[in-house]
Amino acid sequence: MSLVIEGASLLGEGTTDLYVDDHGMLVDSAPAGAERIDAAGLVALPGLVDLHTHLREPGREDAETILTGSRAAALGGYTAVLAMANTTPVTDTAEAATRVWELGREAGLVHVQPVGAVTRGLGGEELAELGLMHRSRAGVTVFSDDGRCVHDARVMRRALEYVKAFGGVVSQHSQDPSLAGPAACCHEGELSGRLGLPGWPGIAEEVIVARDVMLARHTGSRVHVAHVSTAGSVDVLRWAKARAERDGTWSVTAEVTPHHLLLTTDLLAGYDPTYKVNPPLRPQEDVDALREALADGTIDAVATDHAPHARHDKEHAFVDAAFGMVGLETALAVVRTALPQLSWPDVARVMSATPARIAGLADQGRPLTPGSPAHVVLVEPDAALTVDRDASASLSRNNPWHGRSLTSRVVHTVYAGRVTVRDGALVDA
Amino acid sequence: MKHLLSVDDLSADAIQQLFETAADMHDVQRREVKKLPALRGRTVVNMFFEDSTRTRSSFEIAGKWLSADVINVSAKGSSTSKGESLRDTVLTVCAMGVDGLVIRHPASGAALQVSEWVDASVVNAGDGTHEHPTQALLDAYTLQRRLGSLEGRHVAIVGDLTHSRVFRSNIQCLTRLGARVTVVAPPTLMPSGVGAWSAAAGFDTSYDLDDVLRRDGGPDAVMMLRVQRERMTGAYFPSPREYTVGYGLTRDRLAVLGPDVPICHPGPMNRGLEIAADAADAAQSVVLEQVSSGLAVRMAVLYHLLAGESEGGMA
Repeated sequence: MSLVIEGASLLGEGTTDLYVDDHGMLVDSAPAGAERIDAAGLVALPGLVDLHTHLREPGREDAETILTGSRAAALGGYTAVLAMANTTPVTDTAEAATRVWELGREAGLVHVQPVGAVTRGLGGEELAELGLMHRSRAGVTVFSDDGRCVHDARVMRRALEYVKAFGGVVSQHSQDPSLAGPAACCHEGELSGRLGLPGWPGIAEEVIVARDVMLARHTGSRVHVAHVSTAGSVDVLRWAKARAERDGTWSVTAEVTPHHLLLTTDLLAGYDPTYKVNPPLRPQEDVDALREALADGTIDAVATDHAPHARHDKEHAFVDAAFGMVGLETALAVVRTALPQLSWPDVARVMSATPARIAGLADQGRPLTPGSPAHVVLVEPDAALTVDRDASASLSRNNPWHGRSLTSRVVHTVYAGRVTVRDGALVDA
Repeated sequence: MKHLLSVDDLSADAIQQLFETAADMHDVQRREVKKLPALRGRTVVNMFFEDSTRTRSSFEIAGKWLSADVINVSAKGSSTSKGESLRDTVLTVCAMGVDGLVIRHPASGAALQVSEWVDASVVNAGDGTHEHPTQALLDAYTLQRRLGSLEGRHVAIVGDLTHSRVFRSNIQCLTRLGARVTVVAPPTLMPSGVGAWSAAAGFDTSYDLDDVLRRDGGPDAVMMLRVQRERMTGAYFPSPREYTVGYGLTRDRLAVLGPDVPICHPGPMNRGLEIAADAADAAQSVVLEQVSSGLAVRMAVLYHLLAGESEGGMA
C-alpha cells in the first residue's frame, strides 16, 4: 500500500513530505489513494540498523524469538538487525544462517541479517563455514563469536585472511581471557575491590583491540570492534583509524552500546544483576571518552547488544547471573539522552547509515530520497519518555531503563513501505 | 535491624551493644546446662552453598543454645547444578515458615540479594570475597577483651587481602571502633583500587611486613589471613617459600612482637605458610579464643535479630 508522510522534519531540518509507492520505494510525487501519516513536529530518519542483536532463536525461545525481537526492534525504530551467532545451536553453518534469515522474513517487521560464527561452535579453534554462510541465501558478511573472544591470535589472523575473499568483516568481542578470568563481571577498580566481585580490567579489552588492529593491518582485512567500553580502547582506535585511512588497504570500525554511553559501574553497588553486562559498565571517565569518540567518528556506530534473558536467568547471585540487558526499544532515546548535542544527521550516521555500510546492507541506511527503499523512522524529538519494562514487546524484562526518564520517542516506523509501528504501537499487535 | 548483611549495617554503639550481649552469652558457655529460652518457637535455617565446618557449627550451636529449631541445609551447587535459580531455592526453603536464614554463598552479594527476596531475617555467614560480618565482630570482640579497648590501637592485617571477606568486614569493624589499621600484602594480593579505598576508609597499606612490625613500637595486634590457594587462578606469588619469607608470621617475626600482642587467625590455618606453628601455638595466640568468642557473638546476633522487642532485641 502506498503512503504519504506529511510534514516531517527531514533529519531535523526543514519540512517535507515523503512519498512511498506500492513497491515500498520512496518516490517524488504522491501516489493516488495513499495512506497518510501526519508527521508534523516529527523528525524523519532512515530506519535504524543494529549491528549487534541477540534474538535467542533457536534455543532459548523463552527469552526471545525472532518474531518478538523483531517487534521490539520495530518499536525502537529499527528496520534491520544483525542477529548474533551464539544461539543453540550456534549459527556456524549455511543452513543455520539461512534458517535465521527465513524466520526474519516470515516475521516481516525488520530485515533480520544473521551474523555467522567465526569458529565452529564458538570453540575458538576451527574456522566455521565462513564462505558457505556467505554464499547462502542469507549472504552472511559479518562474523562474530560474540560472547566469547577469538583469543587465539593465529585463528583470528586466519579468519581475517579468509573473509577477505568476499569482503567479510570479523566483529570481535575483545576480552583477553587470561586478563579477565572466567568469572570476571565487574569493572576492575575500587568498587570491585570493595564488593569482592571478580574484576574485568579495561586492559583485557585494550590488548585485544590493539592486537586485532595490527592483525587487520597485517592481513589487509576488515575488523570491527564490538561494544567498545574503555578510554584506552578509544586511544588505540584513534591511532588505528588514522593509519588505516593512510594505508587504504585495511579498515577498522567500532561500535558502542547505548548503555555504555549512559550507565556507570557505580550501579553495581547493590549487586543487581540487571546491570551485569559484558563488557561491564565502566567509570565515568570511560563513559566520557566513549561519548567523545562517538561524536568525533572514532567510534563509528551505536549497537544495542540487545541481550534478552528469562527472569530466572537473572535471579542468581551476581556472579552466576546471565550477562546482558535488553535495549532495542530504548536505544535511540538513550543516545539522545546521553548525547543531546548530537545532531540528527549524526544520529542517522551512527545508528543507520554507517551500521548499514559496515554490515554491507545496501538497501538500508540510505538517504530518504526518491529511489531508496522506504525504511523510515519518525521521532518526537523532545518527548519525555518514562520506560516501563512491562510495556515491552520483548519476551524478557531485564531492562535497566525501567522507571527512568529518557528523551525522544519513536512514533512511527516504516519498513519497506509498510507501517510497522504507528503512534508508538505495533501495527501487527 | 532486620538483617545482618554487612558490618556497615552497624553503628559503633550497636556493635558495643552486641558485645555486651555476647559477654552474657559467653557466661552461658560456662554453665552446666547451656540453654536459654530466648528463641523458643523460632526456626533458623543454616543454608550453606559452600563448604564450612566452623562457621556452620558455630551458628548451629548458637541457635540451639538459644532454643531455636535449627535446620542445616547443605545447598552446595543446588541452584546451579539442578538449574534452579537462587531466588527459587531460598523462597522454597523460606516457605516452610523460617524466621532466620543464615546464608553462606560463594558469590559476593548473595546474602544482600537473598534479603530482598525473603521475609525472614538474613544473616550473612560469608558471601564470596565480600563480607563475613560475624567473623569481624568476633575478631573485634576477642581483641577488645584482650586489649580493653580498640580506640587508638594499631592492628595489622596480613595476607591474602584480595580474596578475603574477613579483611573486608574487619576493615569496617575495626576502624568503626577507633582502631588504626594497616593492611600488609604483596601488590598482587592487594584488592584492586585499594589506594582510593584506603584513603576513603581510613586505613594504611604496606608491602613490607617487617617494617610494619618494627615501626613505632609495632602493632598492638596482628591478624593473619589464610592464603586462599583454592581461589588463586593466576600467578599471585612465585612460591610458598617466597611468600613465607615475605609475609609469613615466622618464628623470627614472632620474636619481634611483644609477648602481649594478640595473634589472630580466622582459620583454617596453613601452618608453615602464612603462620609458623610457633606463632599459631604461642601463648599470645587467640585462635581458639576466637572460636569460643564466635559462638558468643553469633548467639548475640541471633538474639538481637530474632528475639523481638519484648526480649530486648534491636528494633
